[in-house]
Amino acid sequence: MSELNSKIPTGPLAEKWDNYKEHAKLVNPANKRKLEVIVVGTGLAGASAAASLAELGYSVKAFCFQDSPRRAHSIAAQGGINAAKNYKNDGDSVFRLFYDTIKGGDFRAREANVYRLADVSRNIIDQCVAQGVPFAREYGGLLDNRSFGGSQVSRTFYARGQTGQQLLLGAYGALERQIGLGNVKMYARHEMADVVTIDGKARGIVARNLITGELERYFGHAVILATGGYGNVFFLSTSAMGSNVTAAWKAHKKGAYFGNPCYTQIHPTCIPVTGDYQSKLTLMSESLRNDGRVWVPKSKEDAKAIREGKKTAADIKEDDRDYYLERKYPSFGNLCPRDIASRAAKEACDDGRGIVPSGLGVFLDFADAIKRLGVEVVKARYGELFPMYQNITNEDPLKTPMKIYPAVHYTMGGLWVDYELMTSVQGLYCLGEANFSDHGANRLGASALMQGLADGYFVIPYTIGNYLSSEIFTKAIPTDHPAFVEAEEAARERAEKLIGTKGKKTVDDFHKQLGKIMWEYCGMARTAEGLTHARKLIQDLRKEFWSNVNIPGTLNEFNPEFDKAGRVADFIELGELMVIDALDRNESCGGHFRLEYQDEGEAKRDDENYAYVSAWEHTSVEADPILHKEKLVYENIQLQVRSYK
Amino acid sequence: MQNSVLITSSIGKKLIMGLTGLFLVFFLVVHASINGCIWFNDEGKTFLYYAHFMGTNFLVHIAEVGLFGGLILHMVDGLLLWKQNRDARPVKYAYSNPSANSKWYSRSMGLLGTLILFFLIVHLRNFWGPNRLNQITTGEELNLFQLMQEDFSNLWMVVFYVAACFSLFWHLLHGFKSAFQSLGLNNVKYNKAIEIAGTAFAIIVPLVFALMPISFYFNLVH
Amino acid sequence: MKFNLKVWRQKNAQAQGKLVDYTIENIIPDMSFLEMVDVLNDNLVRKGEDPIAFDHDCREGICGMCSMYISGRAHGPHHAATTCQLYMRSFKDGDTIYVEPFRAGAFPIIKDLVTDRSAFDRIIAKGGFVSVNTGQAQDANNLPVDKADAEKAMDAAACIGCGACVAACPNSAAMLFVSAKISQLALLPQGGPERNNRAINMVNQMDEEGFGNCTNIGACEAECPKEIKLTNIARMNREYLVASLINE
Ligand SMILES: Cc1cc2nc3c(=O)[nH]c(=O)nc-3n(C[C@H](O)[C@H](O)[C@H](O)COP(=O)(O)OP(=O)(O)OC[C@H]3O[C@@H](n4cnc5c(N)ncnc54)[C@H](O)[C@@H]3O)c2cc1C
Ligand code: HEM
Ligand code: SF4
Ligand code: FES
Repeated sequence: MSELNSKIPTGPLAEKWDNYKEHAKLVNPANKRKLEVIVVGTGLAGASAAASLAELGYSVKAFCFQDSPRRAHSIAAQGGINAAKNYKNDGDSVFRLFYDTIKGGDFRAREANVYRLADVSRNIIDQCVAQGVPFAREYGGLLDNRSFGGSQVSRTFYARGQTGQQLLLGAYGALERQIGLGNVKMYARHEMADVVTIDGKARGIVARNLITGELERYFGHAVILATGGYGNVFFLSTSAMGSNVTAAWKAHKKGAYFGNPCYTQIHPTCIPVTGDYQSKLTLMSESLRNDGRVWVPKSKEDAKAIREGKKTAADIKEDDRDYYLERKYPSFGNLCPRDIASRAAKEACDDGRGIVPSGLGVFLDFADAIKRLGVEVVKARYGELFPMYQNITNEDPLKTPMKIYPAVHYTMGGLWVDYELMTSVQGLYCLGEANFSDHGANRLGASALMQGLADGYFVIPYTIGNYLSSEIFTKAIPTDHPAFVEAEEAARERAEKLIGTKGKKTVDDFHKQLGKIMWEYCGMARTAEGLTHARKLIQDLRKEFWSNVNIPGTLNEFNPEFDKAGRVADFIELGELMVIDALDRNESCGGHFRLEYQDEGEAKRDDENYAYVSAWEHTSVEADPILHKEKLVYENIQLQVRSYK
Repeated sequence: MQNSVLITSSIGKKLIMGLTGLFLVFFLVVHASINGCIWFNDEGKTFLYYAHFMGTNFLVHIAEVGLFGGLILHMVDGLLLWKQNRDARPVKYAYSNPSANSKWYSRSMGLLGTLILFFLIVHLRNFWGPNRLNQITTGEELNLFQLMQEDFSNLWMVVFYVAACFSLFWHLLHGFKSAFQSLGLNNVKYNKAIEIAGTAFAIIVPLVFALMPISFYFNLVH
Repeated sequence: MKFNLKVWRQKNAQAQGKLVDYTIENIIPDMSFLEMVDVLNDNLVRKGEDPIAFDHDCREGICGMCSMYISGRAHGPHHAATTCQLYMRSFKDGDTIYVEPFRAGAFPIIKDLVTDRSAFDRIIAKGGFVSVNTGQAQDANNLPVDKADAEKAMDAAACIGCGACVAACPNSAAMLFVSAKISQLALLPQGGPERNNRAINMVNQMDEEGFGNCTNIGACEAECPKEIKLTNIARMNREYLVASLINE
C-alpha cells in the first residue's frame, strides 16, 4: 500500500461525521456475537473501546501489561478534560475548540478528525457523568469548569487533581461490567509481542503471559491497539515505568505506518532532575500556571548564588526578577502553550540563569496568588499538588517558590491512522495516545483525555462496524494457522537471543544512554547536524545492545528485567526513526523546534513545503524507512503564524 | 439480585456482633444499676428487693433466656470471626508494627472477650448458678448480698473480679463505638458524641463493677 | 546513607519464601524507596543474581500498583503515601528495614514482593459501576448533584485499589476498598437505581474471595495512602443492611 488514503468523508466540515455515521455499514446483532475483537491496552482509549464494543455485542478480548486495567497510565492525568459545552457562557463552541486544537497543534493536524473530536467532546462529558464520575461542581450542583493550558475560555472539566483517574475508573467500571457479563475476556499481565496478519489483514496477536513467560496466540477479526505513548524513549519522562512503544512498534514492523514520530511534547512544569538515580519525572499540573508566576533572576550572578545556596528566592528583589513569560508573551503570559513555555525555560537556563544546582530549573512562584487570595484559597485550589511536591522535594511551595523544569510528557506522533482510526494495515486500528491523529505538532492541555475517550466511546464503535460488516463470513481462524505459528516462533527467537546475550551492561544502562542521546539531540532544540550525529549514535547503541546486554533469569518465569529489555530494544529502533523524522522536517513547528528555523526564538513553520503528515513505512532495521506524505488540506481555516504575544 | 446472606456474610456477622454487643451493653446497665444498690448501706435491702424481682419475675426470665441467647450468639460469632480472620492470612508477616496504626485492645477483642467469658463462668458459678439451683430445688432464693460478702472477703476473688473489669473496660472501649460503626451509625456529626459516650461508658461501668468487690473487701458496705 | 534490608524472596507461587539480608550503601535521602530498590537490583544484576521482583508503574502515587509492607507497615512509615512516594529521608541512617509483600490469602504471591490482587477487579465486576451503555446519557447538567455529596463521593472515589487496607488489616479485610466504591456510587444520584444490587453483589463477591471480616480496628484507615475514611464502611453496612432487608 503506497497511496495514503485518509478516507475523509466529503461534505462540509460540520457534517462529515454525521454523514459518515449515517452511511457507515452496520452489523446485525446476531452477527456481532460471532465477531471477535482484540483490544490491546485498557487505558482511557482501550477500556472505553472494549466496553463500548462489548455493549454492542461483539466478543472482545482485552489485554494490558499491568495487573489490572485500572492501572493504565491514563490514571495519572491531573488537570482535566476539555469539552465544548459552553456551560460558562463564555463564547465556547465546537468550532472554537476545533480551532484552538488545530492552532495549538501548530496547523499540523487533520481538520476533519479534530472537528469530530471537538464535536463528540460534549458526549464524553455526558457519558462520564452518567457513569458516576465525580467531576467538580458548583454550589448550585452543576458542573464546574476551569481554563487550562493556553485557552481563553473555561471549558475544562476536572475532578480535583485526579481527572484521569476518575475518567479511567469510569471506563474501567464499564469494562469490568462487561467482563462480569462475560462479553469481555480480560488478560491482565499480558504484553503484546506481535500482530498476526493473514492476507494483509490483522487477524490476531501473540502475547506474552508475564507471569509464566509463555507466548500465547489470540485470534480476532480485528485488532485495536490503544497502548499509550512512547515518551519513555527518553528514559526520563512523566510516563509510567512500563509505558512502551512495543505494541505500536511491532505493528509498524508488520506494515503499519508511523506518523510524525518526532513530535514530542515537553511539559514545562515538572519537578527538575536531581540525580542519576532518578527513575522518572513528576509532572506538576499545568493548572498551577493559573496562579503561579514563572521567573528566574535577571542577573546570572544572582542565579549562580541561588544555585550555590548562597541566596534564596526571597533574597531576589522584585525588580531583579525576570518574569520572562509575562515579558515575552504579554497577552497569554504564564498561560502560554506548553511548547512555548518549555522553550522559554530552556532559553533562560541556557543563558545561565537556572536556579537549581544542575542549572536546569526555574521558579514557579505563588507568593502573589497567596497575597491576592490568601493561603487557604490557594491551598484548596491545588489540593493534593502542594503536598505531593512537598513530599518529593521536602520544600513547602506555600513558603518558597516551586522549582520546575520541562520534561518529556506526551507523544503526538504514533501509528498513522485514517479517519476511521484504521492503520495502514487492514483491520488494525489504533486509538488514544498511541495514534498520531489529532494533536498535530503540539497538544493542548486537557485534550488527550478527550481524544482517548472520543476514540474509544464514540468513534471506533461506528468505524469498526463499517469494516466488520464485510467480515461476517470470516470464520474464527484457528491459532495453529501458519501465520500464528510463525509470529510466535519469531517472538520466541528474539526473546531467546535477548536473554542468551549475557553481556556486561544492564538494560537500564542502555535505556539511560538512549535517553541522553534523545534528550540532547532530539529534545527541545534540534539541529540537522545533531540529528545526523544522533542517528549514528543510536545505530551503534543498537548494535551494542544486541551483543552486550545482560538480562538475568529465564524466559519461563516472571521476569520484569526481560520485559524491560524487550521494550528498550524497540525504543532504540524507534529512537532512530524519530531522529530521521526530525531531520526530514526542515521547519520548526509545535514541539519540533529546529534551531535553524526560527524568528528570534519563535518557531518558523514552512507551510509551503511541510504541511504534511509524515507516515513512515518500515523496510528493515538496517535500511532507511520510506516516507509517505499525507498532505494536510485546510478548507475551513486560515493557516497563521501561531502567536501568543 | 443475588441472595444476601444476612446472617453468615461478613457484614451480616458484623451486624450480629453490633446488635448483640449493644444488647449486652444494655444488660450491663441494668446489672450495674441493681448491684449498685448495695451502696445504700441498708444491709442489702434495696438490692435484695430488686434482686428478688429479677430472680422471680416471669418477663425477666424470658429476657434472661434472650440474654443468654444473645451472649452465646455474640460469643459464637465473635470466635468464628476470630478464626476466619486468622485464616484469612495464612502466611503471617515476619515483622509487623501494628501499634503504628491501631490500638492493641481493638486488635484483641477475641482475647478480651475470652477473658470475659472465663470470668462469666466463674461469676455465674458463684452467684447465678447456686441461686437458680436453690430456687429449683427449694423454691427459695439465696441471699445474694450475704453471698457477695462471703465471696469478696477472699482477696484473690477480688483481684480476679477487678482484673475482669479491666478486660471489660478494654472490650468496651473498642466495642461501644464499634457497635455503632457496625450498624452503620457512623456519621461525622455524631461520631464525637458516640466516642465520648463510649469512653465514658467503658470507664464508668467496669469501674462501678470493680468497686463492688473492693467495697465488700474493705467492709465499706454493710 | 546505609541500610540493612531484610527482603522477602520467593521464587514463585508454589515455592517456599524466606527473608534474605542485603546491605546497601550510598543512598541519598531524596531517593524514593523504589529508587533505592532499583539501586539494589542494579547491584544484584551486575553480580549475576536474580533481582527483586516488585510491582510498580506510575511512581506518582496514583496507579496503585506499588505494594510493599515496609518495616511492619503497608507502604511504610510515611503517612498517606504509597510505596513509590516514600522517601529515604523517612528512615535513619543504618536502619534495618523489613520488606515484605502485601500478605493475605486473597492476594496470593506471584514472586518476591509481587502479589495477585485481581480479587479487587472481580469485586468491581460485580457492581462497581453504573450500568449505562455508551451513548445513552442525557446532558450532563440535567442532573444537578449537591456539591457536598459530590465532594464526599470524590473523597471515596480517590481509592487507588492498592490493597494496603487489606495488607494492614489484622483480619485481611477488604472493607475499606469495597466500601469506597459502594459509597461513591451511593452518594451520587447516578448510583441510585442499582444501589441494592450493588451492595449485595459486591459484598458477596468480597466474601467469596476469602477476605477477612471487619472488626472496626481502623488500621486500614490509618494506612490508606488516599485517606479513605471508615465512614465509608459504615455507609456500606447501612447499604447492605437495607438491601438485605428489602431483598425478595
Ligand atoms: C502525568 C500526566 C498527566 C497528564 N495530564 C493530562 C491532563 O490533565 N489532561 C489530558 O487531557 N491529558 C493528560 N495527560 C495525557 C493523557 O493522560 C494520556 O495521553 C492518555 O491518558 C493516554 O491514554 P491511552 O488510553 O492512550 O493510553 P494509556 O492510558 O497509557 O494506556 C495504555 C494501555 O496499553 C497497555 N499496553 C501498553 N503497551 C502494551 C503492550 N505492549 N501489550 C499490552 N498492553 C500494553 C497498558 O497496559 C495500558 O492499559 C497526562 C499524561 C501524564 C503522563
Ligand atoms: C458482658 C459482656 C460483653 C459485652 C458487653 C460485649 C460487648 C461487645 C461490643 C459492644 C462489641 C462491639 C460489636 C461490634 O463491633 O459490632 C463487642 C465485640 C466483640 N466481642 Fe464482646 N461483649 C461481651 C462479651 C464477650 C464475650 C464473652 C466474647 C467472646 C468470647 C466476646 C467477643 C467479642 C469479639 C471477638 C468482638 C469483636 C468483634 C467485632 O467487633 O466485630 N464478647 N463486644
Ligand atoms: S481504600 Fe485505601 S488502602 Fe484500600 S485499596 Fe483503596 S487506596 Fe488502597
Ligand atoms: S507506582 Fe503507581 S502508585 Fe506507586
